[in-house]
Amino acid sequence: MSLALIIGACGDKKEKKGTEGTDGTAALSGTIKVDGSSTVFPITEAVAEEFRAVQPKVNVTVGVSGTGGGFKKFSRGETNLSNASRPIKDKEKEACEENNITYLELEVAYDGLAVLVHPENDWVDSFTVEELKKIWEPSAQGKIMKWNQIRPEWPNQEIHLFGPGVASGTYDYFTEAVVGESGSSRGDFTASEDDHVLVQGIAGDKYSLGFFGIAYYAENKDKLKLIGVHNGEEVVKPSLETVKNGTYRPLSRPLFIYVNSTSVASPEVVEFVNFYLDNAGELSKDVGYIPLPSENYRAQKESFKTFVESNK
Amino acid sequence: MNNLRKNRLKDQLFKFWGIFCTIIGLVLLVVFIGDILVDGLRRIDWGFITNLPSRKPEKSGIYTALMGSIWILFFTTIIAFPIGVAAGIYLEEYSKKNKLAGLLEINISNLAGVPSIIYGLLGLEVFVRIMNLGPSVLAGSLTLSLLILPIVIVATREAIKAVPSSIKDASFALGASKWQTIWHQILPASGGGILTGVILALSRAVGETAPLIVVGALAYVPFAPENPLDEFSVLPIQIFNWISRPQPGFIENAAAAIIILLLITFIMNGIAVYFRNKW
Repeated sequence: MSLALIIGACGDKKEKKGTEGTDGTAALSGTIKVDGSSTVFPITEAVAEEFRAVQPKVNVTVGVSGTGGGFKKFSRGETNLSNASRPIKDKEKEACEENNITYLELEVAYDGLAVLVHPENDWVDSFTVEELKKIWEPSAQGKIMKWNQIRPEWPNQEIHLFGPGVASGTYDYFTEAVVGESGSSRGDFTASEDDHVLVQGIAGDKYSLGFFGIAYYAENKDKLKLIGVHNGEEVVKPSLETVKNGTYRPLSRPLFIYVNSTSVASPEVVEFVNFYLDNAGELSKDVGYIPLPSENYRAQKESFKTFVESNK
Repeated sequence: MNNLRKNRLKDQLFKFWGIFCTIIGLVLLVVFIGDILVDGLRRIDWGFITNLPSRKPEKSGIYTALMGSIWILFFTTIIAFPIGVAAGIYLEEYSKKNKLAGLLEINISNLAGVPSIIYGLLGLEVFVRIMNLGPSVLAGSLTLSLLILPIVIVATREAIKAVPSSIKDASFALGASKWQTIWHQILPASGGGILTGVILALSRAVGETAPLIVVGALAYVPFAPENPLDEFSVLPIQIFNWISRPQPGFIENAAAAIIILLLITFIMNGIAVYFRNKW
């Protein structure tokens, strides 16, 4: 296993030297079209911005049609890359097959979902997934209304719930991880597509409970209290480390880009994807996400290399 | 006497209610604009206008979105203006007042109330896919033209209706044809009203986000459009994108971009007021 990694790393270095050589001699040009998830957008935007410094004549355009909307265009061959905050669904796979589009899935970063309460909430310091499920599952609607229904020692006060809108990938992911079924939850919580509204809501209500992407917590640490989640072995709070090493389960998720196989015939797309995998670690941190372990990027560069060669 | 006092009291009450209602809207607007100015004014400088979008809020700018908005505005104007005004003239001056005309009229009024995202879906299917224009400036402009056509038509008709019939009658009495009457009398007399309507409709178009997102306007474009078939972004999409970012610097950017967008609509409304007063 480690041997394979070392070989992989060596191959990687050679590869890099090779492309650097071509950089100096011939500047690439063309357009690379990316569309899809607005969650992944900031990373791709950052990569596109930096790529411009290396290859100023390559125009990278990025849309925000959402993961589903992005795959629709991707399966019609209208885009070269697709941003996705969840893996491709069977229906979308079929749509790609119908149009003879094959692709490669690449993980580019992690996103952690943070569970939060008001800073003056001194009774909660952790949740188990079962407790979160008890609070959020559809049958909790109208029934689980007070803190002491979750644990008897907690106060006899109403619990006020806040969460992202039901159209968001964040909501889909949370419900899948906690309730067990994507898109299934109680309906009587305050939902907002704007996470800033959720921050305000939780920060203004002592008996509140909510969840959203970890980047919003990072910007509002003083207004909110972060709650650890029991992963089956121990209580873990989301952080750069715990999301990266996989101990913050189940509330962290990978973010993806999908590469169209016909697009890799264009050298600028190959160059861009390699650049993406080289820099996603650093840039995803800049925009509030969590990088993969660096060996994951290396391994994916290898599989991308094979993918390019098999589609020549 | 008693009755008189009662009526006066009612009159006073209604007056104060009216003042209160007027002030609600104004106060909200002043609070909003004040808030935006406080948040965004210090962010506006030349770099903000000329920079490309960036992951670093302080280096980020609105250049491509602003240029996209201007291109969209230009093409929407040259598409919607002649079509809308001609349709308005036809409906007001030529069409016979029969059931078909009534049906057309009702439909146009209804179209003015259709949610904008529906126009986006229509534009995606007709312009982007069937006409194969792609997610281009032209497809976006055509979509927005459809969106504002009903408003332009209604405004044109209202402006033409306001022209005193004595002018028309006098023109016909001197032997002018219908077209001569329209060209030399009606249009000059109603031009201010028509332009006001068109400009107000365009001010609405420049603030639209939903239909353009559906058509395929982008959030990150590193170049300004160079021809009508280029891809584009617009200011409202850039604002929407920044608002949803966690870092406070982007919120400031959004406020600054809102100021620029407000400035554009204020200038356009100012032109509309100017035309209305000049005619």
